[in-house]
Amino acid sequence: MDRNDEWVRVERTEAFKELIRSKRAFIIPATIFFFVFYFGLPFLAAFTTVLDVKVLGSLNLAYLYAFAQFAMTWILMHLYVSRANKWDDLVDRARREASEATDHVGEGRRA
Amino acid sequence: MSDKAIAIIFFVLIIALTLGITAWASRRNKDTAHHYVAGGEIKGWQNGLAIAGDYLSAASFLGIAGAIALTGFAGFYLSIGFLVAYLVVLLLVAEPMRNLGKYTFADMLASRFNTSSVRSVAALSTIAISMFYMIAQLNGAGALIGLLLGFPYALSVIIIGVLMTVYIVAGGMVATTWIQIVKAVLLIAGSVTLSIIVLSNFSFNPLALFAAVESEVGNEALIPPPPSSLAASLDVISLNIALVLGTAGLPHILIRFLTVPDAKTARSSIVTATWIIGGFYLLTPILGYGATLFVGRDAIAKANPAGNLAAPQLANELGGPIFFAFVSAVAFATIVAVVAGLVVAASSAFAHDFYTNVIRHGEATEQEQFRAARYTAVGISVAAIILALFAQSFNVAFLVALAFAVAASANVPVILLTIFWKKFNTIGAVTGILVGLISSVVLVLISPNVLTGVSPAEGVTPLISVDPLFPLKSPALISVPLGFLGCYLGTVLGGRGAEREREQGLQTSYDEIRVRANTGFSNIEREIRTATPESEPRTT
Repeated sequence: MDRNDEWVRVERTEAFKELIRSKRAFIIPATIFFFVFYFGLPFLAAFTTVLDVKVLGSLNLAYLYAFAQFAMTWILMHLYVSRANKWDDLVDRARREASEATDHVGEGRRA
Repeated sequence: MSDKAIAIIFFVLIIALTLGITAWASRRNKDTAHHYVAGGEIKGWQNGLAIAGDYLSAASFLGIAGAIALTGFAGFYLSIGFLVAYLVVLLLVAEPMRNLGKYTFADMLASRFNTSSVRSVAALSTIAISMFYMIAQLNGAGALIGLLLGFPYALSVIIIGVLMTVYIVAGGMVATTWIQIVKAVLLIAGSVTLSIIVLSNFSFNPLALFAAVESEVGNEALIPPPPSSLAASLDVISLNIALVLGTAGLPHILIRFLTVPDAKTARSSIVTATWIIGGFYLLTPILGYGATLFVGRDAIAKANPAGNLAAPQLANELGGPIFFAFVSAVAFATIVAVVAGLVVAASSAFAHDFYTNVIRHGEATEQEQFRAARYTAVGISVAAIILALFAQSFNVAFLVALAFAVAASANVPVILLTIFWKKFNTIGAVTGILVGLISSVVLVLISPNVLTGVSPAEGVTPLISVDPLFPLKSPALISVPLGFLGCYLGTVLGGRGAEREREQGLQTSYDEIRVRANTGFSNIEREIRTATPESEPRTT
């Protein structure tokens, strides 16, 4: 039979569906957030002067925003990794479920 | 002993160290897998340091410190953009790349598109990007060594060119990785020491450093450049697009995810790399403003109009000739190591993608492939040296910006759509890469970088005395959307549709790509058979 069926079988497992759901639920909002947050700085800096305000001594809002991007990068990175390490378990489950399904479908088809 | 003699001793020590690593690595560089991706045996933290090493190129260490020293906040955009770019890499590209690729960026596309046209254009864009990047690094290195040791530009370029060829031909990716690791450690040690010395003058209070900049240079060194014209504002946005997306399309960064055994290691290596790179970039304002205060903008601009020598000058001012020699030697090692990584990326694109898969249809023997990989490494190095000799008058920052813009426009749309778009087809992939590549290069050729205008502004090296046809220095604002548009229109207007292509064997089914990209399975039969169900198998 077509090798593709095997891939589809993995795709149809509950674990794989949950993997994709869980990935989307994190990656899409996180990506939108960091792009908006990232481009906020050059947009505000290139078109306005609102970031020139001093907040702490000579330190202005532009630098504070810039440092906040560092914090955002590190935080999002660790959030991603802690989730991704759980996704590995879902991958293992998808492998098991697909392998069990193989046995059933194999029987069904031959019958 | 003269300062120059001390500098030469440090340079010789660094060269000896890297050659020692190469000699050791050459015993392990025994086949194509080791040559291209170090056999996939690099550990997470090692790969993290190597990624950091690749990333902290001369443009980062010398360029950003210099840009902050001369222009203030505007230079810090580079630090932020380079760092946040890692989120694009980590969240969207790294794991699918790791799961679908083998040796090169084109391999990843070829896992879905089974035609030599896709492989060929991907190899073409890899070589173009690596060449621009490489010429920039060689160009910068030539200027650096020329100023530090008094060697002529051509001799400096040839010395580096020969060294990098030796590293790669003898040691392959194993040597390149370890040189990168050692260099990253030296570079970080040098930068941290230099920053501590700077801060010790301000009782370790960074705010006092900022206050000193404000009182001595003025507040304009701390604030972003005020909005002057629409073109200038759009240029800032355009530059930031190239910075944040470009990294995810740089071939020498992408192949770093293929040197590790699995996706988990790829992940942990990005964590290490991002902490190191972020930590380093947090130091760049200290180094830059330190140079502004202790060396002075006039002295920095006099040594190099782009400020590329600000960090070594600062080391000389605060740490004396020995520290100066150390920092200069580290800067040199940085350039050599980055160039070596680029040559591996470019030569594997040529040897593995063109020679092995397009010309020989994947039928070359292991030994033939290994030989081809080494020959092309020499060829690519020689080509880069010759081009760098002609490119002496080009601005380094312009070449690096071009490499980033091409990577963001030609590679990133195709990478993302290959992973995430079910209907994507061969024509779309080919047109996407070509449109991104050509539009970014052409826009730069008609930009103020090349067409410097009838009456160039102060500090601009005149190249062609014609007024620019395209007002922005960075093309990404236009060329990145064009790259995506090329992918979309190529897919919709040309070709047979993904489903037809699959039936004709031109494209792997998206089901397979989706499962592979998300799970890392490569051999489905083996995955399913070796899986051990929790319960006993029901069919016996």
